[in-house]
Amino acid sequence: MAVRRIELMLCTGTGCVAGGAYKIKDALEKELKKHGLDKEITVVTTGCNGFCGQGPLMVVEPDKIFYGWLKPEDIPYLVEEHFLKGRPVKKLMFVPPEKKEPVPLVSDIPFFKKQLLVVLRNKGIIDPEKIEDYIARDGYAALEKVLTYMDPESVIEEIKKSGLRGRGGAGFPTGLKWEICRKQPKTPKFIICNCDEGDPGAYMDRSVFESDPHSVIEGMIIGGYAIGANKGYIYVRTEYPLAIQRMKLAIQQAREYGLLGENILGSGFNFDLEIREGSGAFVCGEETSLIHSIEGKTPEPRQRPPFPAQEGIWGCPTVINNVETWANVPVIILRGAEWFSSIGTKTSKGTKIFSLVGKINNTGLIEVPMGITLREIIYEIGGGIPKGKKFKAVQTGGPSGGCIPASLIDLPIDYESLTEAGSMMGSGGMIVMDEDTCMVDVAKFFIQFTNDESCGKCSTCREGSEAMLEVLTRITEGEGREGDIEFLEELGEVIKDASMCGLGKTLPNPVLSTIRYFRDEYEAHIKEKRCPALVCKNLIKYYILPEKCIGCTVCMKECPVEAIRGQTKYIHVIDQAKCTKCGTCIEVCPPKVSAIIKVTGKEAEELKSLPEPIPVAEFKKREKK
Amino acid sequence: MPKLTIDELRRKREEAKKGLYLREGEFKGKIIVHMGTCGIAAGARNILSAFLEELEKSGRRDIMITTSGCAGLCSREPMATVEILDKPPVKYVDLTPEKVRRIFKEHIMEGKTVVEYALGIGSERGG
Repeated sequence: MAVRRIELMLCTGTGCVAGGAYKIKDALEKELKKHGLDKEITVVTTGCNGFCGQGPLMVVEPDKIFYGWLKPEDIPYLVEEHFLKGRPVKKLMFVPPEKKEPVPLVSDIPFFKKQLLVVLRNKGIIDPEKIEDYIARDGYAALEKVLTYMDPESVIEEIKKSGLRGRGGAGFPTGLKWEICRKQPKTPKFIICNCDEGDPGAYMDRSVFESDPHSVIEGMIIGGYAIGANKGYIYVRTEYPLAIQRMKLAIQQAREYGLLGENILGSGFNFDLEIREGSGAFVCGEETSLIHSIEGKTPEPRQRPPFPAQEGIWGCPTVINNVETWANVPVIILRGAEWFSSIGTKTSKGTKIFSLVGKINNTGLIEVPMGITLREIIYEIGGGIPKGKKFKAVQTGGPSGGCIPASLIDLPIDYESLTEAGSMMGSGGMIVMDEDTCMVDVAKFFIQFTNDESCGKCSTCREGSEAMLEVLTRITEGEGREGDIEFLEELGEVIKDASMCGLGKTLPNPVLSTIRYFRDEYEAHIKEKRCPALVCKNLIKYYILPEKCIGCTVCMKECPVEAIRGQTKYIHVIDQAKCTKCGTCIEVCPPKVSAIIKVTGKEAEELKSLPEPIPVAEFKKREKK
Repeated sequence: MPKLTIDELRRKREEAKKGLYLREGEFKGKIIVHMGTCGIAAGARNILSAFLEELEKSGRRDIMITTSGCAGLCSREPMATVEILDKPPVKYVDLTPEKVRRIFKEHIMEGKTVVEYALGIGSERGG
């Protein structure tokens, strides 16, 4: 291995690649070559670094300096200043929101400080396309340990003792699931990795595949050994091309090394993996539907029990676990159940990956110990809410979860606390909302999603979501009626009780939790025809304040539907009949003027516009009188 | 690639660990080559290469080689600072590739400062 002096750990997760990471790579390599630095400095492409809001980004090793928002045109200066002359470039470093001084070192950036990396232990450190990098970080050492010193029962015992629970959302104890499957007399047995991640705004599983595919493979081989399976399936949605490509390569490398296939590491144990691509139906993330899809049948759920651990693929006992669960396994085996169970809360051990998105300063992928509070996640790791807005709620668990209001910000995050709060862990999506978010509109968005994705097998889910959507649409359009809230609550309970699979059982959560915490907002929509967050178009009006308008004509020119009348130095007037409430006028009105406002409810009715545009001077004269 | 046995996998791991030394290595020493415009003009680039060559030959992976800007004594460039863990840093001046080889051998490998090439021991302190 030739000696190098610097390695540039360039993130090539999907987010950064979309932002142009490979253009940055080309620019870096070109400039390094130009300065004759290409032998002593290399660019290493890594999986998702996590700080996606700063992408394209890289970390300079061994100095550990973080550079974000890179553009190809920055690279010549960066290479000459930092990599040739040794002067780190401040203007490309991270500057925390509302601060001026950049933070050079990764370890000093608050986003990274509170995180605890167990599953993502290799992210940003290894090149996911090189098996050697994984092996160097104690990769496949857990497999070695299992095949050399442990019988299947003791592997299961270790996982049980660790307290690991399914990271797909429901939180079933992993060791117990394995034990149930192992005890089934029927053979053959199978294992499945569920990477059919479908929640809006969630990308934890994709990132694990993209940044450390071997950790999932190693976990699955160990799982196969523990339950007595020789074949595993990786079910991944076809919309994840980069994840699939890296996983395919990793499987091929593992086969070449004899880590998959016949007689693994000379132990006599055989195990192999196959990738199955799902075509992006949300219901396929539900385990029985997923199994049907692998079997080539219509992906509809079936009644449980029997659970897949008893009767799974082709009626054979099958353990199905989520990506993150599998990636936890090698670490638990290597470092021990005791170490793992020392992290987290009484009922929820270890860490959890969340994708932190929405109205938050630091968008990205985070891994935190269970039991961390929402406050720590939102204000310390997430850096708070942009533009100094107020934090309103966070949606966890995607369309199956619910909204947790700002009043519960000190809630420690674990499976039980989230369920008690009316939400759920889910696979780890975390959508942050600020004061400008209408909770009825959010509930409508999620019901729209589940209504689209319902497979249609159970009428409560199929028709129930339709009915909910109808009522929610009516409320947001200002046609809400007395009794709508009660109807939604009752219907929600019925859907939960009478639907068969997780999709139906959880789909009312966004509605029920927003009613629970934001009932007043529903009531404002229904009784006062008012949208407090000023979102629902039918309930708001845009209005030009005559005392502030200077007659600059910008809003008039930008209005896409010509709903604004006026001329230079005339006070402008919005024609409410034409206005489509697109909000362009507010955006373009110069900040110093800020003459346009949104109003709702009574205020909207009472505000009287000028009938016609009049000269600004004339208005002022009138005002004086 | 033939299939591995457990022993071969272990050997592979030891070998592979060396490849990651920059990312997770614990460094016992640091060589800083001053690469301001003055340093580069005086030939700092060759000094840097000479240090890298010596490091390569030595097989050691616990020494970090890095660059920094002008050290403020432009007439004595090329310069380099050698920092060994728990010892005061030493600044070497008027370097040539030959001097580098001796410094690497004696200071880095054997722990003895090459006094005749050294400007002084210690680093300036911020006021």
